[in-house]
Order: sequence, then structure tokens, then C-alpha cells
Amino acid sequence: MADLTHFTLSEARDGLRARDFSARELTEAHNAAIERARPLNAMALETAEHALSMADTADQRIAKGDGGLLEGVPLAIKDLFCTDGFRTTAGSHILDTFVPPYESTVTANLWREGAVMLGKANMDEFAMGSSNETSYFGPVENPWRRPGDNRPIVPGGSSGGSASIVAARAALAATGTDTGGSIRQPASFTGLVGLKPTYGRCSRWGIIAFASSLDQAGPLTRTVRDAAIMLSAMSGHDPKDSTSANLPVPNFEAVLGGDVKGLRVGIPSEYRMDGLPAEIDALWQQGIRWLEDAGAETREVDLPHTKYALPAYYIVAPAEASSNLARYDGVRYGLRVEGDDLIDMYERTRAEGFGAEVQRRVMIGTYVLSAGYYDAYYLQAQKVRTLIARDFQTAFEGVDVLLTPTAPSEAFATGDKSDDPIAMYFNDVFTVPASMAGLPGISVPAGLSQAGLPLGLQLIGKAFDEEMVLRVAEALEDAAEFNAEPDTWWETST
Amino acid sequence: MSLDKATVSRIARLARIRVADEDLERLGNELSNILGWVEQLNEVNTDDVPPLTSVVEMQIPQRRDAVTDGAYRDKVLGNAPESEEGFFVVPKVVE
Amino acid sequence: MIEGATGRWEIVIGLEVHAQVVSEAKLFSGASTAFGAEPNAQVSFVDAAMPGMLPVINETCVEQAVRTGLGLNAEINRHSVFDRKNYFYPDLPPNYQISQYKQPVVGEGMVTVDLEDGSVCEVGIERLHLEQDAGKSLHDQHPDATYVDLNRAGVALMEIVSKPDLRNADQAGAYIRKLRAILRYLGTCDGNMEQGSLRCDVNVSVRKPGESLGTRCEIKNVNSVRFVQQAIDYEARRQVDILEEGGEIEQETRLFDAERGVTRSMRSKEEAHDYRYFPDPDLLPLVLSEDYIEAIRADLPELPDQKKTRFVESLGLSEYDAGVLVTEKEVADFFERVADGRDAKTASNWVTGDLFGRLNDAGQGIAESPVSPENLGGLIDLMADGTLSGRLAKEVFDEMFTSGRPASAIVEERDLKQVSDTGEIESLVDTVISDNADKVEEYKAGKDKLFGFFVGQVMKASQGKANPKVVNDILREKLG
Repeated sequence: MADLTHFTLSEARDGLRARDFSARELTEAHNAAIERARPLNAMALETAEHALSMADTADQRIAKGDGGLLEGVPLAIKDLFCTDGFRTTAGSHILDTFVPPYESTVTANLWREGAVMLGKANMDEFAMGSSNETSYFGPVENPWRRPGDNRPIVPGGSSGGSASIVAARAALAATGTDTGGSIRQPASFTGLVGLKPTYGRCSRWGIIAFASSLDQAGPLTRTVRDAAIMLSAMSGHDPKDSTSANLPVPNFEAVLGGDVKGLRVGIPSEYRMDGLPAEIDALWQQGIRWLEDAGAETREVDLPHTKYALPAYYIVAPAEASSNLARYDGVRYGLRVEGDDLIDMYERTRAEGFGAEVQRRVMIGTYVLSAGYYDAYYLQAQKVRTLIARDFQTAFEGVDVLLTPTAPSEAFATGDKSDDPIAMYFNDVFTVPASMAGLPGISVPAGLSQAGLPLGLQLIGKAFDEEMVLRVAEALEDAAEFNAEPDTWWETST
Repeated sequence: MSLDKATVSRIARLARIRVADEDLERLGNELSNILGWVEQLNEVNTDDVPPLTSVVEMQIPQRRDAVTDGAYRDKVLGNAPESEEGFFVVPKVVE
Repeated sequence: MIEGATGRWEIVIGLEVHAQVVSEAKLFSGASTAFGAEPNAQVSFVDAAMPGMLPVINETCVEQAVRTGLGLNAEINRHSVFDRKNYFYPDLPPNYQISQYKQPVVGEGMVTVDLEDGSVCEVGIERLHLEQDAGKSLHDQHPDATYVDLNRAGVALMEIVSKPDLRNADQAGAYIRKLRAILRYLGTCDGNMEQGSLRCDVNVSVRKPGESLGTRCEIKNVNSVRFVQQAIDYEARRQVDILEEGGEIEQETRLFDAERGVTRSMRSKEEAHDYRYFPDPDLLPLVLSEDYIEAIRADLPELPDQKKTRFVESLGLSEYDAGVLVTEKEVADFFERVADGRDAKTASNWVTGDLFGRLNDAGQGIAESPVSPENLGGLIDLMADGTLSGRLAKEVFDEMFTSGRPASAIVEERDLKQVSDTGEIESLVDTVISDNADKVEEYKAGKDKLFGFFVGQVMKASQGKANPKVVNDILREKLG
């Protein structure tokens, strides 16, 4: 039954509905694949038994003909989503014993639609990272390796476990979260589709917060259609999240299967930055031609404040994180390291419980909010953010969607950038601007680098216009015909 | 911007993260590098530009005043490192 | 003013009053605000700051803040912002408090305060903002541990900040009482200081008259008017003593020790506070429309000042009595029910005189009064129609207070009804005159003072029930 892991999500869904196979069979195949994929270290928790019981429920519902959008579809859940009764760690030592007594809205939506939980995916600690090397549970490996080279490659981050497990065909799709690129960049690194919806589209309730004004849940999938199906299931208004948009959820899958004739695609000239590898630029130009060949018009647009998005992000996100992560103090849940007194307990708990990158960002965030520095750093960054949002608004007066590279490089080897925070931060240079403006973005696998690793292209849309993003993404996907798969080295490595 | 050890120490204290004395300098350098890099924002003229308050254009939603939550003490205390008689327990606080 | 060795010093006082908003649920969660529950029994995952939890604001709390702002004659800000105030404390689960910093929901206002000596002072309101209460830390349950109860964590508070317009402890006390009355009239805070629904932070500094403001100390969490006044007196004297010895006042937070009546420096003195306020990214700005504000304004109840004016101007009460009656909304309501359709001054005399006297002796409030307003009104009616004399009425009132029964039932049962029948009284008068022939002679000879003797004798013969006026009239007629 190994073939059952080679479907796309939509194929599996159709097969389940047609009773070609049962949810139990599908889930068993994926449970087994997850077990074989352990060398990737992509999962923080496997929930095989639970998956089977969910699958049995799904089979009963399918038998009655009343299954949901994802009935019987096995998924991996980033370990940032709180799951009732299942340990949720955010990749951190400080939460490595935490078992939430509640279910995040997004995962609750998925279960309502019949999805099956295979387990919790490893991730960068508190979603802070671009290589999935900051997890307390160890780095995640990318299933992709350079041909002829056994060095481990990073899957990107922070949703690295989600990306890796889907790319390894051990889950049909996974949830991720994207604060500055944490879905799109790993999608690009692992040859997947990664969609960050508009801020407010998916509820943040029950997702462990990194930077509240930026965090947004989204899917990592093998195809654009799969992303559309997942988004329909994940999104929706949630009265428990004050920033959740009170909008109806379109049937995103219904917009697919059309064409892009006459659509206007903007090419932001500022993304053509110094030092952009030639092969990335070449792929981008290829993307432009693909869309033109499909009947779209392309035109240059200006986003003048693009270069400031990344530094502004590295003020705003750490500032919010410094406050969001203050609750991990050893009092109500999670790790406690005893000390001489209360403050000593706090300080030891947080020093031991947080990894180096989290500590760095909490300290940066504390500093930029502190007396005397607030105006120069935080306030200035939020003003720059207004300018970035205005840039996009102006650009979208003349175009329907923007096309850019997803990341400035292919996936790199484990350890290559972990000593240089700023070099690591540059991974998100193309994804952060849309995050800062709250706009939807998608990464579509578009080709392989010369070294044989996947590369993605990004589409950015207007707020709450995921339908347009998905339409154009499908055209890009059709043109790119990306169907490469990594060698299954991990299957034989143990 | 270069952070001296005293500043790093003060920030660490505010953030309630214990930093060993021998690590202050290294951490100071790391933080200084990042701050030095983000300071390029000073190039941007933001006169008369309001800070962004929210990326979503909507009214703050308000909940009805009704008791709809709470009353599950066991769940609230279930993950606590230390609890006693229904209370969370922490090292003695002196006021 | 206080007298020091180097002359007179002026005390400058500003108050930050934390008033718990009357609401069913907390400011940002659906957990109950009820007082006195088992520890941590009224705590939602939001209140406990569990990972991934988010705040959603309670519409009633917003409305209460706006209503209070209007009641304080204050500016309502159309656009306000919720900020995070970051500091670590075990009864503050997220280790930040959601509050309002630069853009509060209510701006400047004014409260008129009546002082004991009959004078009036105006106290400026700087601002009012909404914020979350913290939980409760119990330090005395265990020798080396603090117990934390989060039931209060997240309950809505209004912080009402006065301008530094107060100059002595009496003014401060009068201001708090007035503020409390306004809040209770508005129904936005129950003002219960024992349960902590109203707490004060007191800012005190001293200066020589005419000089600029001195360095202030903040005395935290004082929970009764008396303690506020004691704390001010102690703190002002402490500061004057330091300054007169050539010392300097250190700006700091102090605690009031109620047992010893002193203020003391907090032992756990934090390194300089740096709250790192920034707008809470989990919430959007609070935008209020003109229509919304006007609808609340239109719905405001009559407030103490307006009520007092009406009592004086329409009901003819004295300023003093009106002032006493409006201090507590319940008293004013009680009075108005007594006065309904009756003489207002009589009603006021009964309420502020006999009723208050008995309640005071019994240590009871108006809410516990055994005499209902209807029953007190009934008593007044029995006086008005001549059924009861003033003396009998007092007797009846005493019994009403003891038994809680209506006046009419007591009069009926004890047969206290006043006798006004002239025939009956005439025969009593005749008996008294014939029994006291000698006194009648003396009276007729000019000893006018004896008239009272005859009245007394007739009243005695009637067992106190004869209508004194009728007795008088008949006696005058018979004695010539």
C-alpha cells in the first residue's frame, strides 16, 4: 500500500470519497511513512493511535456520505498549534511538558472537516528561525539533498518540520505559521506550495504567539489545489480573536481551473537586489515569461521601502515577542528551574528554557521598547511599516498580483548560517514585506537549482484576495511543471 | 549602537533572563550587531507618518457581558509546576 | 498646611483611584467577576495567560467607562488605544497588564467636592482609563511560599487619576467619598472598599507655599478613606521632617501599614521601573461614535449634584439636609419614597433624624433599615391626619424600628389612636376642673402658668391619647 502516500491531498480526498481506499488504510500508510522518516527529525510528537481512531471516525462519516472537506485526510500539525490533550511545545524546552487543555481554532476547524492528525511537527523554537536549527528537539533535515552529497540540508524555517514531513510524503499536507516567511521560505526550500493568508483570515486563537501583529497560519501542500482546499478548511471568522476578519470564507478551490488572461502581474524592481544569485534571478525571469505566455500582462512596479522591511521587522517582531514570551515564567505551566527567590527562579527558568536565538530576540525586543529607545526604534519601525503598507497599496492600484522570488537562495547546509544571525535573517528578505503589510503570499515550486535543490517563486496579493493569488499560482504551477521528488535516502538510512 | 555590559545586564534583568557575567560581552556584541543593522531605518523620513496600528481595517470586536468561561480550576492548574489547595505556588514574595 | 520648624508647608495630593467596573464578566474574558469564590475557580485560559490565548473586550466595561467619564463631566476620547504595561509579577499571568497609556478612553473632567465646613472645592480629573486587575498573592499561607489566586486577574478596573488639586487629608477624604457616590449613582462601581472594589494610590508631596511642586511619593493600594487620610498626614509629616533636617525626598513607592498608621518603603524595591508600554497587537484601537456616546449620555441617571439642587430648589430642603441625603444613592432613593406625596421637610427630618439615629446606634446601613420607606411614610400620614401626636409618633417609630411592622398595625394593636372627639375630651376636662377646684381658683387669680398643669392632667386621664390641640381649646374655653 506504499502508493497511498503518493497522492496529492485532492487525489486522496477524491479516492476516499470514491471508496478506492479507506481513511484507515491511508492513515496507516502515513503512520508508517512518518515512522520511516524519523531520521528527518521532522516530528515533535507522533500520534499514530489517535490518527487511527480519527480515521475510523472519518470512515464512518464517509460511509454515511456526510464527510467534511478533509474527511479522512492525514495531516501534520506544526507544534505551535495547541492541541487538546497532546503535548504542544513550540519547539522549546520551556514548554516541553505542556499539554494544552484546549484546541486551537484552526486545528478545531480541520478536525471539524474530518482531517486526521498524524502528529505534531518540529519547528524553530517559538517560530524564530529560518532553518529549523533552533528547535530544542534538534534540527530538522530537509528530505532534499544535493545529488552526490550527503551533507544534511536545512528545510527552512520556522515551519521546517511541517515542510520536511510533507516533502517526504509522510503527510498529505501540514499546517504552518508564517510571521516573516515561515511557511513560504520552507516551502521554497522543500519543493512545496506554501500559503500565508491575509492577516486575519485564519484565527490565531490557540496558536502560541510569536509576533501577534504578523503571525498567520497557513498550509504547506504539494499543489496549489491542495493549498486552496486546506485554506478553506482552516480559515474563518473567530469571535475569540479580536483581529480575525469577519468575512465569509470563499470556496477557494472553486477559483481554480481557469486562466490568467488579461490579469496584471506586477514585478517589483526593488526585489532585484544586489547579490541576488543569478539562478534565482533567472528563475524569476522565467516565471515572468510563463505568466506572459499564459496571457497575463506583466509590468514593473515600485515598492520603494522594500529594503527597510527586514530591519523594521527585526524591531517589531522581537518587540512583540519580548512581551508575548514573558508568560513563560515557571509559574503556571512549563519548565521551572528553582532559584534563591522568585526573581532568581524566573531568570534561571528563562535562561535554561529558552534557546540562544529566542533569548537574543527577547533581549532585542526588550531593548527597543525600553525607556529612551522606544521612539527611535519601535515607533520608527511602525512608521516605516505604514510606508511599506502604502507602497503595496499604491502598487495594487495598477496590478492584481506581484511576482517575486520566495527566498534569496536555495536551501543551505545545516550549520552554514547558524553563527551569523543577520545572514540568517536575510532568508526572509522577500517574504517579510508582505508580512509587514498583512498581505497574502504564496510560494510555488518553480524549478531546481544547479545544485539540484528546489526553488520557489512568490506571488503576493491584495488583502483578502487569496482567490487571485491561488489563480495565478495555479498558472505558475502549470507552467513550471515541477514534479521532482527527493530521493528517499532516509528510508534506508536506519 | 554598541551595548556595554551594564546595559546588557540591565536588559537581561528586565527580560528576566539570567546571563552569566562572562557571557555579557559576547551577547552585547551580538545585540549591537543587530541593532547597528536595524538602525538603517533612521534613513527613512517618517515626518507626518503615523505608526501602523493594525494591518486589518476593522472595528474592535466586543464581547457581550456574560459569564461564558472559567470554572475549570483543574484545567487551569493542570500544568502548574507547583500548586497547593487550589493555588499556584511560587517562592515567597517580599513586598 | 502643616506647621514645621521652618514655617508652614503646603501638602499637594493627587489620587489614583482604581474602581472595579460593575460587570458580570472580566474585561477581556468570559470568566465571572463574582466576589468570594474558591481560589482559581473563576479563571479562564485567557486570564491564566495560557499559550495562544487572546483578549476580546467586554462591551459593558467600555460602556461603563464612558458612562463614568460623562458622569465626571469629562471629555470622551473618540479614539483610544490599549497598551501593554510590561512587568513581571506572579499574580499578573502574562507578565504584562493590558491598560491604556497615551490614549485613554476618557480625558479631563471635574468633580465638585463638598467639604465639612460647607465650602466647596473643585478637583480636576486628569484622565480615566480601562485596565485589568491583577490576581491576589497570599504571603501568609506558608512560611516560604506565596500562594497565587487568579480570580481577580483580568477583572475590569477604571483608573481615575485626579490632578494634584487636593491640599489636605480632609479634602482627599471628601473627594473619595464624592467620587464613590458618583460611581454608585452611575452603577459603574459598587464602591465597596472592604472587598477592594475601590482602592487608592495616593501621591503626596510637600512644598513651601508658592514654590514649585516637590518630589512625590506614591503610597500604593490604600483601601479605606480613613487610611488614606492617615497615610497623607503621616507621609506629609515625614517629608517635612526630612526636608527640615536638610534631607531630600526620594521618589519612591511606599506602603501604608494600617496597624501602625505609618508608611514604609517597599522592601522589594524594583530596579527603576521600565514598563515598556506599547500598543497591544492583539487588540485594535477603540473607536467610539458620536451616536454611541450620546446614547449613553441620554441614559445617565440624576447625579448627586443635580439631585441636591432639586431637593433644595423643588422640595425646599436646606442645603445641609439635601447634602446629607444625596451622599448615598440608597439614602436619596429612600428619602424620595418617603417624601412621595408628603411634606418633604417632614420626610427629611424623619430620615436624617430619627431613622439615621437608630441606624447609627444599630450600626446598620439604610439597606438594612427595618423601617421601610412605605412604613415611614405611613407614620407621617398618621401624624398629618391627626391620628398620632408627635410624641406618640416617636413611640410608634421606636416600635416600628424594633418590629419592622407598619405604624397603622401598631396603633391599632396598642389602641394608640389619638382622641379628638370633643365630647369625650370635654368630660375629661370637666372631671379635671372639678377635682382641682383650688388650682382653678389660683389660675383665675392670675397664675397663668397653671394652664400647663391642666393640660397635663387631661392628657394623663386620656392615657396620652387626647389630641393636645383639642384639649387646649376646650380648657381655654372652660377656664375662661
